[in-house]
Amino acid sequence: MTMLSARTRLADSTWGYLFAAPALSLIGLLALVPILGALWLSLHRRLPIFGIDEFVGTLNYARLWSDERFWAATRTTLYFTGLSVTLELGLGFVLALLLSHMTSSTQVAPRWVQVVIVIPWAVPTVVSAQMWGWLYHSEYGLLNYLFAAGGIVSEPVDWLSDPTWAIHAAVLMDVWKTAPFAALLLFAGMTAIPPDLYQAARVDGAGAWAQFRLITLPLLLPVVMIVLVFRTMDAVRVFDAVYVLTGGGPGNSTETLSIYAYKVLFQTLQFGYGSTLATAIFLIVAGLTAVYLLLLRRHLRGGSE
Amino acid sequence: MIARWVRRGLLALSMVLSVGFCLGPIVWQVITSIKPDADLVRLPPILSATPTAAHYAAVLGDPSLAHSLLNSTVVAAGATGLAITLGGCCAFALARLPIMGKTVILGMVLSITMFPPIAVMSSLYLLVRALGLRDTLLALILTHAAYALPLSIWILTSFFRHIPAVLYQAARVDGCSPLSAFVRVILPIAKPGLAVAALLVFIFSWNEFMFALTLTASEASRTAPVALALFPGLHEIPWGDIAAASLVVTAPVAVLALLFQRHIVAGLTAGSVKG
Repeated sequence: MTMLSARTRLADSTWGYLFAAPALSLIGLLALVPILGALWLSLHRRLPIFGIDEFVGTLNYARLWSDERFWAATRTTLYFTGLSVTLELGLGFVLALLLSHMTSSTQVAPRWVQVVIVIPWAVPTVVSAQMWGWLYHSEYGLLNYLFAAGGIVSEPVDWLSDPTWAIHAAVLMDVWKTAPFAALLLFAGMTAIPPDLYQAARVDGAGAWAQFRLITLPLLLPVVMIVLVFRTMDAVRVFDAVYVLTGGGPGNSTETLSIYAYKVLFQTLQFGYGSTLATAIFLIVAGLTAVYLLLLRRHLRGGSE
Repeated sequence: MIARWVRRGLLALSMVLSVGFCLGPIVWQVITSIKPDADLVRLPPILSATPTAAHYAAVLGDPSLAHSLLNSTVVAAGATGLAITLGGCCAFALARLPIMGKTVILGMVLSITMFPPIAVMSSLYLLVRALGLRDTLLALILTHAAYALPLSIWILTSFFRHIPAVLYQAARVDGCSPLSAFVRVILPIAKPGLAVAALLVFIFSWNEFMFALTLTASEASRTAPVALALFPGLHEIPWGDIAAASLVVTAPVAVLALLFQRHIVAGLTAGSVKG
């Protein structure tokens, strides 16, 4: 009886911690501990197959600084990120405007349109890489066939064996997979804009372009920022899409930071230096996030003034 | 009048192009998967005159791919169950119970979604190996659940907050403990939110590649995306088989996405647009 009454009298806050603890422990064990562990490993020279494990301080970071392949991977990653995020946002806007046009003329966007848009998002990245690999095939790929039929190329292009084309082939694949999703977010933002604003603008004689520039764009800016942040973070850490499509080749022309770190870690089994690379990626992502947050805060403050 | 027709024409054209861009690659994969080998290595014809189910037969008859599909099902179902159970409890505490540091917890949880998976890979791999969990489905279930928890917690917290607080308070006044109020009053109302979160976790886990690649070592625990990426080609790449296999691997998540697309879109946009 005393046990029971003690239990029923558990403070609400105690219940709260009991409820929250399991989830937070799992996150702590498998996300926070490993991130600190990687930082610790990055200060070591660790080659498990030779039984080598010694503390070397910041030696790995000095090596990183003079590692030409690291800088090349950084350039590749930033180029991939900049280009694909720009294209995704642009195409996302076009698709969202189309959706909103359909909605305004038929009151509701047909169900199949949303289905079409959700499909690329749901397809596993590995599948999209295999799929595009086949489209890009130099001899039997549909892309070369269509381009040749349209007179755009005179002879087949080996998209994935040419360093210049390969990275752009990866960008196009990424745009296919993610632009529709950006469109959905932007479309949701557009439907949240009160229609009265457009009516008032039309009464004042504003054309379609003026309406877009003066109403849609400013009111959509928060959503644009969110799409930008999420897409940038995803693009900077890109791994599976490019790894399955090109393996980082030809040469190292499509080797992103994550692919380079993965190869150092699991192909050459250098756990120390691999962790240094991984930590560098983490810092780059954190830095970009901080920049975005600052921009976002300045924008929000500017908006409220 | 003419301007209107031009505009309509442009609109229709851009619509066709958009749909073609989104669906084209998948349609081509479907066409490829039913082409006999002889037709794979020549273009035209676009469509084969003699479609075949041979690639599907080869893929479905391959025990290693069938095993990987089974592994994926177990991992995705396990991760979903775990993430929804733990995430639901945690979200309830954040939404309705008086605990300290809610903003800090939500912020920390959100920052984990920004982690590049490669940043934790080295030490996670050593941890999993030290626990003796390497090449087991359990390692993937736990890892996928941990990385799906932040999204689940965010979606469910906002969902629980939208359930009127009076319902919970009335249950407490009637003598329910927080636990029984949660199970008897909140959970039944929150079913739609739980379903959305479960769906997103399942799709994430089914599609996930980097953890699945590094934490598995053999067919015993290999998931479908990894099996597809490592698809064996002895002499030439078997494009027909790959096409069939990739569609088989996509089918479960595509069916889920088609059935519940409205909820998925709502769940994903609610968090980012309104939040």
